[in-house]
Amino acid sequence: MNKRKERAIKYIFTALAFSSLVFLVGIVFVLFKEALPIFTKISPKAFLLGKSWYPTSSPPEFGILPLILASLWVTLGALFICVPLGVGSALYLHELAGPRQRTLLKPVIEILASVPSIVYGFFGMVILAPFLQNTFNLPIGLCVLTTSVILGVMATPTVASIAEDALSYVPRSFREASFAVGADRWQTLTKVIIPAAGSGISTAIILGMSRAIGETMTVLMVAGGSAVIPHSLFDPVRPMTAAIAAEMGEAPVGSDHYHALFAIALILFLITFAFNIAAELISRRFRLKLGHSR
Amino acid sequence: MHNADHEKQVNMENLHPSLIKIQAGADTNPAGEAGVSGPGPKISARNVNFYYGSKRALNNISADFSARRVTAIIGPSGCGKSTFIRLLNRMHELVPGSRLEGEILLDGKDILSPDRDAAELRKRVGMVFQKPNPFPKSVFENIAYGLEVNGVTDKNLIEEKVVDSLKKAALWSEIKDRLKDSALGLSGGQQQRLCIARCLAVSPEVILFDEPCASLDPISTARIEELILELKKDYTIVIVTHNMQQAARVSDNTAFFLMGDLIETDRTDRIFKAPRDKRTEDYITGRFG
Repeated sequence: MNKRKERAIKYIFTALAFSSLVFLVGIVFVLFKEALPIFTKISPKAFLLGKSWYPTSSPPEFGILPLILASLWVTLGALFICVPLGVGSALYLHELAGPRQRTLLKPVIEILASVPSIVYGFFGMVILAPFLQNTFNLPIGLCVLTTSVILGVMATPTVASIAEDALSYVPRSFREASFAVGADRWQTLTKVIIPAAGSGISTAIILGMSRAIGETMTVLMVAGGSAVIPHSLFDPVRPMTAAIAAEMGEAPVGSDHYHALFAIALILFLITFAFNIAAELISRRFRLKLGHSR
Repeated sequence: MHNADHEKQVNMENLHPSLIKIQAGADTNPAGEAGVSGPGPKISARNVNFYYGSKRALNNISADFSARRVTAIIGPSGCGKSTFIRLLNRMHELVPGSRLEGEILLDGKDILSPDRDAAELRKRVGMVFQKPNPFPKSVFENIAYGLEVNGVTDKNLIEEKVVDSLKKAALWSEIKDRLKDSALGLSGGQQQRLCIARCLAVSPEVILFDEPCASLDPISTARIEELILELKKDYTIVIVTHNMQQAARVSDNTAFFLMGDLIETDRTDRIFKAPRDKRTEDYITGRFG
């Protein structure tokens, strides 16, 4: 009786644990199934490198280069914000902050991560965009720069908390060894601790990028929505996620447009998948280097 | 941990041959009846009290450490011996909330005064830790590190110093073809000798060893002990050890700590043969610890 109960419990938890795998396989299957038909109409190369995205004209044009470039621009822009902010916060928390600053700052950074993205979007539309528009005298405030700033702030908590973990994995003995030969705090930080945590910090940055490139609601609200190849930081753009979110409602199920949007989603999935694999590989090497696993 | 201690204490009978040797060595430096062996003190502690937060870890310690001699600090776990040795190069400052009273003199000058630079002091008073702690860098970079942070930029000088330090640490012949390899690939004993070489590279005057053999096998331990005996020709050495036989083998003088007090300091042979304090005798004969 008891044995049967134990076995039942084991099966239930096994099923629960494997459900994520089922969802992942299901999502990948649907993405491929719905995305592939578009490639009977247009070659993958023309799809990826085509410069015009006019899905509702006749004849429609399905070139997603403007969308890909928009995503890359806003993500790279976000990096310029979230890397200094995130890594800087991590270094401060790990190296300089006393217990009181830590107890204040850590929850604050976590709360920053829990703000809903629509709130960020709203903030961007109502406050940041008009501010940038007035400051730089722009025709429109919804542009690459606004989006980058907002995405950068959104990705900061991810970068900060993972980078801080990486720093805390650096054994205390390295620090002691460095001080013991007469190094000061700054030398210890830059020559021993940061290099030892380097791959962990890279992982943090890659995961921050994943967060930024996959963000949808905010970019839909603040990127400006124009599907043209950006030439400056002040151009309005339509990143991939925004295109899918904005157009899925109006694309008839089964149409070419519908399949094209799924193909964009597939490409986005592949990009973030590559980011995550890279982060995992780097952090595995990092653990090896510090001798945390065999 | 306690079992291992016990075993060592049971074997105290085996101490005698090495003790006799040390006595013979000590004869060249005859000291007064109660004095320690060696020339004048290199480091002195004067009325040192030390606190972690409000907990007092060391009570009114005064001790001298002779130049170019090995002084062993022995005592049971938690007696404050590691805490004490870390004061001598101000490593205790890395522990937040700690407080030190009293004076510590290096060549007669107080090392604790606020205008003295801790980094400068640590160049003169190097340290080797309980667990080998090479950086995750190459063998060469590990040793060059101390020179680089102290502003040495001359490549030839750095290379010369690296080779010289490896030779002094008795590691050169084993490792001369592996200077570019990661230090983490070396054996534990080699890593510890690498750490000694790293310490030697910045030309210290004093070397503090904080239980340097605690994580090493007997063969590696023997090599480190040989090295310590070699190094004492040029350096003042203070070694914390759990292992009384090790203290007897390598040291000229011994200090016995118990629960934050310094019970007794004397020539090592006297400490082991004729301790003045009952508690020292109880400890070295294995009645507690």
